[in-house]
Amino acid sequence: MKPRIAHGVQSLPSSGIRRFFDLVATLDDVISLGVGEPDFVTPWRIREAAIYSLEHGFTQYTSNAGLPALRTAIARMLAQTYGVEYHPESEVLVTVGVSEALDLALRAILNPGDEVLIPEPCYVSYRPCTTLAGGIPVGVPTLAEESFRVRAERLAAAITPRTRALMLNYPNNPTGASLRRANLQAIADLAEQHDLIVLSDEIYADLSYAAPHICLASLPGMRDRTLLLNGFSKAYAMTGWRVGYACGPADLIGAMTKIHQYTMLCASMPSQQAALEALRNGQGDRDEMVAQYSERRRLFVRYLNEIGLPCHEPDGAFYAFPSIGSTGLSSEAFAEQLLREERVAVVPGNAFGAVGEGYVRCSYAASLADLLEAVARMERFVRRHAASPARTAVTATSQ
Amino acid sequence: MQRILRILERDARTSPTAIAQMLGMPEEDVRRVIQECEQRRIIRRHKTVIDWEKAGDERVYAFIDVKVQPAREVGFDDVAARIFRYPEVRSVYLVSGAHDLRVVVEGSSMKEVAFFVAEKLATVDRVQATATYFILKKYKEDGEVLAEPEEDRRLAVTP
Repeated sequence: MKPRIAHGVQSLPSSGIRRFFDLVATLDDVISLGVGEPDFVTPWRIREAAIYSLEHGFTQYTSNAGLPALRTAIARMLAQTYGVEYHPESEVLVTVGVSEALDLALRAILNPGDEVLIPEPCYVSYRPCTTLAGGIPVGVPTLAEESFRVRAERLAAAITPRTRALMLNYPNNPTGASLRRANLQAIADLAEQHDLIVLSDEIYADLSYAAPHICLASLPGMRDRTLLLNGFSKAYAMTGWRVGYACGPADLIGAMTKIHQYTMLCASMPSQQAALEALRNGQGDRDEMVAQYSERRRLFVRYLNEIGLPCHEPDGAFYAFPSIGSTGLSSEAFAEQLLREERVAVVPGNAFGAVGEGYVRCSYAASLADLLEAVARMERFVRRHAASPARTAVTATSQ
Repeated sequence: MQRILRILERDARTSPTAIAQMLGMPEEDVRRVIQECEQRRIIRRHKTVIDWEKAGDERVYAFIDVKVQPAREVGFDDVAARIFRYPEVRSVYLVSGAHDLRVVVEGSSMKEVAFFVAEKLATVDRVQATATYFILKKYKEDGEVLAEPEEDRRLAVTP
């Protein structure tokens, strides 16, 4: 029999998180810090707006690019928040989450063999989506001692004549890092110099704690080479609605819309209605959730450091990315043993790229009570597994 | 100060140490702000939200709308004070609309509440009329939904 699965898919590694998920499902009393979504349900006013729209018969297709009112609201919000102007007619595309927007963007710009620079550790789909679009992912490491901020020099070193695009995701999943203006400016200069398109996944923009988020497209000259990808999942606790958007220059958005209209047709009507309500009236709910994440973040990160899992204070998103060097365990062994012995689920850092080895991702999108209980369990675990003193000392100095 | 108060409103047992870490400020400052708030009676008390019905203690609550003849100098304040001093009275508000005061009364039976209204409230000087509404079910009180919390429907591990 001929192989039934396409080579490109056959050779695609399956998500490292999957096996772990199956294991969690067999255990009771697990506190999960492995969840990449808010612990809040969608604010009621947003859910209610979607119900109202269904009651009134809004059940059809929308235009391919999304409800005009929603595109206008997105453009207005971006103009007010970041001073970046997009034309709602031709430069805004509503998608089925940032995931779809990312896939469209890569397929719209890559020719076979084009290289995409991807700072790592990074979200699990960047590499496979690049490969599926015919591109070649080129990982660029970010380091704990540099607060996981990607450095323009490291990017420059990875650039070749085939480099077509650069993927950025700040605030970052899994590290929680954000970029400062100087970092961003250096990266923008590099993009300009080498004529790169930048895919900027800013899904955690509203979850910025240390300083206000800087939108990459707001830097001089960047609007016309940036695809800004964002959505409602994280800031408005709307992960299951699957609604996001892409903004950029009309030629790129036009190309993405072409693929979108033949594959997805449009994002779902109720989700777009809900997103519209989020932009119109959801800011208060969003701000309260953001304030609570920030409070848990400081407390949680402090405790992680105290129990021997050193961790920089994340600037945004809702993840802490502590080093597990003090235990001498690999990140997969750490995660699996922590789960079996203490019933706490975290995600091994190498799920986000090889450079994430030696770290685990802990989400603090969990109630304070659960976070405190999880820390107590993790402390017992770390004590039990503390490596020999000599080894600990070596790890400590390398931090 | 607002953030400290919000955290305490959510859980009055959150320690000053934890609050200090959550807000990234020195613990002494948190203690000082809480103390000041207590002194200035911004923080009145640290209470516990209890579902008495679940605790097996069946209490009866009623809203009593009271029509009052206002008086020179004092308006409604003297009548309100006569009413709020009763321990059976949980809340008293001056309200706009058809009546003047809205009173919440607590008792161990409907009969007890009804007699309290007839004998104590209705007979206060310048009270012209009362209307009693017994509470049959509490859905939400002081921002707290009194139903079982919704379960966490998230998958245990997601990217």
